Amino acid sequence: MFKIFRYSLSDLLRSSWSYFYFSFYLLLGFGLLFFNPDVSKSVITLMNIIVVFSSLIAVVFGIMYYYNSREFIELLLAQPIKRSDIFIGQYLAVSVSLSLSLLLGVGIPFVIYGVADADLVKNFLVLMTAGIFLNFIFVAVAYNIALYHENRIKGFSYAILFWLFMTLIYDGLFLISLMMFKEYPLEKASLAATLFNPIDLSRILILLRLDISALMGYTGAVFKNFFGTTLGLTIALFSLLIWVILPVLNIYRKGNKKDF
Amino acid sequence: MLRIFLCIILLYSQLNVFAQTVRVCKTCELKTLQAGIAQAKSGDTLHIEKGIYKEHEVIVDKPLTIIGKDYPVIDGEMIGEIIRVISDSVTIDGLFIKNVGTSYTSDFAAIRIKRSKHFLIQNLKLETLFFGIYLEKSDDGIIQNNYIKGNAKVEYQSGNGIHLWHCKNVQVLNNKIYNVRDGIYFEFVNNSLVQGNVSINNLRYGLHFMFSNNDIYKDNYFEDNGAGVAVMFSKFIKIENNTFKKNKGAASYGLLLKEINDATISNNIFQENTIGTYLEGCNRITYANNNLIQNGWALKMMGACFENKFIHNNFIGNTFDVSYSGGNTTDNRFDYNYWSEYAGYDLNKDGTGDVPFRPVKLFSFITTKVPESIILIRSSFVDLVNFSEKVSPVFTPEHVSDSFPSMNKF
Repeated sequence: MFKIFRYSLSDLLRSSWSYFYFSFYLLLGFGLLFFNPDVSKSVITLMNIIVVFSSLIAVVFGIMYYYNSREFIELLLAQPIKRSDIFIGQYLAVSVSLSLSLLLGVGIPFVIYGVADADLVKNFLVLMTAGIFLNFIFVAVAYNIALYHENRIKGFSYAILFWLFMTLIYDGLFLISLMMFKEYPLEKASLAATLFNPIDLSRILILLRLDISALMGYTGAVFKNFFGTTLGLTIALFSLLIWVILPVLNIYRKGNKKDF
Repeated sequence: MLRIFLCIILLYSQLNVFAQTVRVCKTCELKTLQAGIAQAKSGDTLHIEKGIYKEHEVIVDKPLTIIGKDYPVIDGEMIGEIIRVISDSVTIDGLFIKNVGTSYTSDFAAIRIKRSKHFLIQNLKLETLFFGIYLEKSDDGIIQNNYIKGNAKVEYQSGNGIHLWHCKNVQVLNNKIYNVRDGIYFEFVNNSLVQGNVSINNLRYGLHFMFSNNDIYKDNYFEDNGAGVAVMFSKFIKIENNTFKKNKGAASYGLLLKEINDATISNNIFQENTIGTYLEGCNRITYANNNLIQNGWALKMMGACFENKFIHNNFIGNTFDVSYSGGNTTDNRFDYNYWSEYAGYDLNKDGTGDVPFRPVKLFSFITTKVPESIILIRSSFVDLVNFSEKVSPVFTPEHVSDSFPSMNKF
């Protein structure tokens, strides 16, 4: 598995896409910090971009990489290598390379502009953790979709649809149901609902770190009381982890059974 | 005529001659404040030397000037009230008063002034207190440059820093108040001035006043108070040049206005509050030249607000600029404000935008109805919804708009 991972990673790191993606974040980071001296505000803007954009790139890039390396996979399958090793190794390579682009692209400007403040370093770390989790989750989902669909067009559209569902449709349904059941106490229900959407979950984890929650009145305080505690944070991180583990297990399962 | 005049001069000089200085210290003949007051005559000056005086229930019943030298400590030993003034023309200056007793029936204070006029309370340090300076039906006095630091833990077991009840023409100037229940509390106080005070970290309100008309609140600083500043049921007040900062929490307001009529609120700074200014049942308020920066809700208008004017304010980086609900009529006007969210253009370069700005976002409308929906803040869906509502308003009140939004900050 490690060998596959290494080959795929070095292949990815040589591809111009990785550099393009990396330089995008680099420019974004420098631009934000240059035009906006208030670092905590830059973190908010970065959050918006990372949560929406990096998940989109992850899902699209993941599915693209699978379809493109199909011949390579078939070649590998002819060798005496464990099947799951091939898929998991490739999956890890894609996720790690995307995460590296993100981490370095945003990290370098932050380091150069000097984030000495311990609180900001923490915010930055939360931001990066959320971003990296999102990469791993969305690449895993993309691999799942790709494994189930031979047809590239179909695969692509399902991947985009999944992303669209998580960023927009889920929140829309969420909001509509909140409004329909507004007579009931909804704090716990809405907390639970966020756990089922990694994008919402990362958004809230970051927002609560950034002290905006205190400005959100009573309900904000309730959310902060949940996510601010170690238990809440553990639950949030755990559910993000579940979001990684379940699709990866399915890659493992499906990869072992799939006909080529 | 001349004779009467001479008589007056003579009387006055006689009075001056009789006004003496009485010394109180640990080694003097007079060892306690109480003894000093008993010894002194009307109009005398009492000099309290440095030392610790364990006293309570000290009653000042004649016009005296009590001056502490190097902050002598008056220690109430947590028994009861410390100084009570029941005479006109009393000055108290430079004492360090501490350990006021706690009572839930008689509101013990470090200094209570009861039915007196022309008092001057200044340069005091008050610590470990229940109530600090408590004025009861007293008029025409000054309270200035005092430092009050409480240790309030729970609301029902603590008192207020400066508490005025049924007073007229009082000036509360340049006091510093920390950690009490309400920093400054006014009830039925008219024609008074509150200026240059600092009120930080109080359990409930930084400033709280009710039924107090024709008062001026200027140059004060309020930060991190449990419920911010609340003013209620008052008319013709002026609130100018104050700073309301970091009042965060579930029920915390920079400035809460309830049933306030004909007030002027201008040149204030509201920064990082959960709710910058909250209005309920307020009429004919002129709200001008204020800076509302990075609040959760900059302005929250609940029902029954008529004919209020919001002009030349800066709304910068607030999560919600205006939240508007309930039976407000269409005659509240928002004009010539600067909105950092404004995305319009100014073709004729006259400094005001050519398209009106509508400060009520759909999402703020939704969160007023369903507070839990706040969890979706800054999600892409909410941005999308806000955008579509901005393009073609359906739910948000149509008349709440700034027809002449300024392009530049004031």
